[in-house]
Amino acid sequence: MNKLDAAFFALSDPTRRAILARLASGEVTVMELAKPFEMTQPAISRHLKVLEDAGLISRRVEGTRRPCRLDPGGIETIEQWLDLMHKALARNYDRLDQVLAEMKRPKRKGAQR
Amino acid sequence: MSKLTLTTEGERFVVVSRRFRAPPEAVYRAHTEPQLIQKWLLGPDGWTMPVCVCEARPGGKLRYEWSNGEGRGFFVTGEFLELEPYRRIVHVERMFLPERTPDNHVETTFEVERGGTLMTMRMSLPDAATRAAMLATGMEHGMEASFARLESML
Repeated sequence: MNKLDAAFFALSDPTRRAILARLASGEVTVMELAKPFEMTQPAISRHLKVLEDAGLISRRVEGTRRPCRLDPGGIETIEQWLDLMHKALARNYDRLDQVLAEMKRPKRKGAQR
Repeated sequence: MSKLTLTTEGERFVVVSRRFRAPPEAVYRAHTEPQLIQKWLLGPDGWTMPVCVCEARPGGKLRYEWSNGEGRGFFVTGEFLELEPYRRIVHVERMFLPERTPDNHVETTFEVERGGTLMTMRMSLPDAATRAAMLATGMEHGMEASFARLESML
């Protein structure tokens, strides 16, 4: 899987998206994450591994704790992709303007523009 | 006139709107007739839509397949729920990238405005967390940047 595929795979799961949303407000530990999700720590850890492999989060070692946070690099990859999507959306509607103009134009010869 | 806008509404909604210099009937047809859809709903330059199924009736299916002509592609499937000709379309869709994305429930309305049409697309995501994740992953920022660019082009 390339980086973007890995990122979208990671985002395909509602729990992982919720984890990212939680991390948007700052660094947290596995224990703090597990609480609101009513999941075991190993289950949360598996989700974190997927997010980490996709480059969406990073974890550091602090004694016995391994707090995790959003990884700007991975987020940037998604952002670039979204940016392309948004350009595509704008491009689509520009093209739709042309289609609509053609629909309006009378089909007969010498039609006024 | 043709500025694209995006706002969030409530906990789960994302709203896109745009104005067109054409009557609602024409804009509605361009959203429901395959031979018209295939002319504009294409994404980046170079992409085409070789498959366009659009059964514009309640219960009808939609399937759009895009290709970049070099072996890359993706598709969307969906179902129409409600249609009021030239005024409103309600459908549900999901993308396959190839992983299936969560269902996106979309209501599109076409209103007469100053001799043209105001099109509003209200997308509802499955839950607040999904939308929060979208925003957390920089969607809002990315959109603002591209809208700013778009504005400078218009």
